[in-house]
Amino acid sequence: MTERSERGPAHKTLEIGMALLIGVFGLVVIFGSLKAGINWGAEGPRAGFFPFYIGAAIVVASAINLWHAQRDDDGRLFAEWGQLRQVMSVVVPTAIYVGSMPFIGLYVASMVFIAWFMRWLGGYRWLTVVAVAVGMPVLTYLVFERWFLVPLPKGPLEEWLGL
Amino acid sequence: MEELANLFHGFAVALQPYNIMLMIIGITLGVIIGVLPGLGGANGVAILLPLTFSMPPTSAIIMLSCIYWGALFGGAITSILFNIPGEPWSVATTFDGYPMAQQGRPGEALTAAFTSSFVGALFAVIMITLVAPLVAGFALRFGPAEKFAVYFLAFCSFVGLSKEPPFKTIAAMMMGFALAAVGLDSITGQLRLTFGITELLNGFDFLIAVIGLFGIGEILLTMEEGLAFRGGNAKINLRVVLHTWRELPAYWMTSLRSCLIGCWMGVTPAGATPASFMSYGIAKRLARRGNNFGKGEIEGVIAPETAAHAAGTAALLPMLSLGVPGSPTAAVLLGGLLIWGLQPGPMLFVEQKEFVWGLIASMYLGNLAGLIVVLTCVPIFAAILRVPFGIIAPLILVLCAIGAYSVHNSTFDVMLMLVFGVLGYLLKKCNYPLAPLVLAIVLGDKAEEAFRQSLLGSQGSLGVFFSNGLVSTIMALGLVALFWSAIQEGYSRLRTSMA
Repeated sequence: MTERSERGPAHKTLEIGMALLIGVFGLVVIFGSLKAGINWGAEGPRAGFFPFYIGAAIVVASAINLWHAQRDDDGRLFAEWGQLRQVMSVVVPTAIYVGSMPFIGLYVASMVFIAWFMRWLGGYRWLTVVAVAVGMPVLTYLVFERWFLVPLPKGPLEEWLGL
Repeated sequence: MEELANLFHGFAVALQPYNIMLMIIGITLGVIIGVLPGLGGANGVAILLPLTFSMPPTSAIIMLSCIYWGALFGGAITSILFNIPGEPWSVATTFDGYPMAQQGRPGEALTAAFTSSFVGALFAVIMITLVAPLVAGFALRFGPAEKFAVYFLAFCSFVGLSKEPPFKTIAAMMMGFALAAVGLDSITGQLRLTFGITELLNGFDFLIAVIGLFGIGEILLTMEEGLAFRGGNAKINLRVVLHTWRELPAYWMTSLRSCLIGCWMGVTPAGATPASFMSYGIAKRLARRGNNFGKGEIEGVIAPETAAHAAGTAALLPMLSLGVPGSPTAAVLLGGLLIWGLQPGPMLFVEQKEFVWGLIASMYLGNLAGLIVVLTCVPIFAAILRVPFGIIAPLILVLCAIGAYSVHNSTFDVMLMLVFGVLGYLLKKCNYPLAPLVLAIVLGDKAEEAFRQSLLGSQGSLGVFFSNGLVSTIMALGLVALFWSAIQEGYSRLRTSMA
C-alpha cells in the first residue's frame, strides 16, 4: 500500500457506464410493465400502469445524466487500480462467503471468512485469528439462537453436533 | 391538556425497568454503531430489527430509536478525535472539532458536541410533542389524493434540497419506486416485473437494500483506503465538562438557529447531513469570529451537531404523524412498525396511544441517558476505534449477512444484500444519493396505491390532485420544492443582471 500507481479507470467512463446501466434497468421496467398491462382494466389502472411511468422517468433521467457525463470531463480518476484491487479483495471473498452459506451454514462460513480476512488481509497471528473467528460465531449463536430465538442457517457440522 | 396526560402516561411506560434497560442497551449499541465505520444508524437498526420481532412493540421501538440516538451521538466522537466521520452527518463536525482536538482541547470539543446534540434533540422532541398530535389530527381527514400529495411533496423536496445533481436524485428515487413495484400488485393481485423468478414474488425488502447499500457499500468505500487506521487518545473529565458548559450559553443564538434549521430539514426529508452543513455554513457567515472557522472554533462544533441531532430527531415527526419517514433510519423504524403489526400514520395517535406516547417519552429519557453515557464513557468508545479495521471489517460483514438473512430467513436475501452493496458503492462513487432510493422502496407501494385510488375516484383525470384547496396547496409546495434549485438559480441570475 506504500507505493501507489496513479492510474485507474476514468471517472467519466464509470459515470457513463452507470447512466447506461440505470437506463437499461428503466427499459426492463418498461418492458415488464407492458407485459403486466399499462392501460385501464375493469378494476381501474392495471398493474403495469404506475411502473410504466416510473420506467419512463428512469430512462429520461439517465439519458440526461448520460448527456452530462459525456459533456463534462475533468480527467478525474474513478479510483486507482490499487484501490480497486483492495475493494475486489473484499467483494470476491464476500461473494464466496454468501454463496456457500446455503450449503455449509452461516456459522462455518463465517468462521472461514473471518479467518481468511484477518489472516490474509490483516496479517494477524494465528492465535488472534482463531480466537476471533471462533469467538464471534459462538457469541452469535448464543445471542441469536438462544437469547432471541432467531434461527440462522445451519449446515452439516451443526447437524452432526446436534445443535 | 389531554396531550400532557398522554405524555405522563408515556413516561410511565418508558420508565418501566425493562424499558430502561433496553434504553441503555440501545444507546450503548448505538454509540458503538456510530463509532464504527461501515455501520451506521440506518443499517445498524436494520440489522438489529429481527431481534425485536418477539418483543412488545413499545419496548422494541424504544430500543431501536435509542440505537438511533446513540448513533447520532457516536458520530461526533470519531469526527473530533480521529478526523474520521463515523456518520455522514458528522462530516461538518470534523471541520472545527478535529483542529480543537489537535490543539489539546478534545474534551472541550466533545462536551460541546454532545451537549449541542442533546439541546438539538430536546428542541426537536418538544416540537414533536406539541406538533405531532395536531398534524396527525389534521391528516386523519386526508383522502387518497391528499395522501399522494404528501408523498409527492416529500419526494420533490429530495430533488430540490439535496446537494446531488437533480437528475441523479430522480434516477435513484425512481429506481427505488421500480424496485418497490416488483412482485404482487397490492390492488389487482397480479404479478408484475418478476420475469418468472420465484424469489422475486414478494418483491424487494427495503431492509436488505438498507443493509447492502449503507453497510456493505460503506465497507467497500473504506477498503479503498486500505486497512490503515490511526488511533488517538481521549480524555474527558468533570472539570472540562463543567468549564465547557459555562461557556456554551454564550452561543445560544447559534444553537437556536441550528435547532430551527435542523427541525426544518428533518421534517422535510432532506435529513441530518445537509442540515449540519447548512447550519455550519450559516454559522460561519454570521459568527463574529467567522473567519476563524476551520481552525478550532467551538461554535463550529455547536452549529453542525445541534442541527444534525435536531434533524435526526425531527425526522420522526412525519413518520409518526403521516407515515412518511424523514430519513433512512426513520424509514427503517417505519418498516419495524409494519412488522410489529402497527399501521403507521395518523391513526397511530388514536389507536396506539401507549405506543406513540411511550416512544415520545422515551425520546426525552433516551437522549438524557445518551448524554450521560457518552460523557462518562468516551474513553471506552474511543478504545473500540483502536481495534484495527482488519478485525472490525469481517465482523461487520458477517453481522450484515446475519441481519439480511434473519429478515425473511432467506439466503437469497443475503446474496441480494451483496448485490446492493456493490451497487451502493458504485452509486456513491458516482454521486447518486442513496436516501431517496431507500425511501422510495419503503413508500413506493403506498404512494402508488394512493395515486391509483385517486385516479379511480376521478376516472383517470389528473385534475383530482388540484381539486380542492388543501391538495392543491400541498401539490404546489411540492412543485416549488421540485424546481427549487432552478428557482434559486434564476433568482441569483436576475439579481446579478440587475446589479
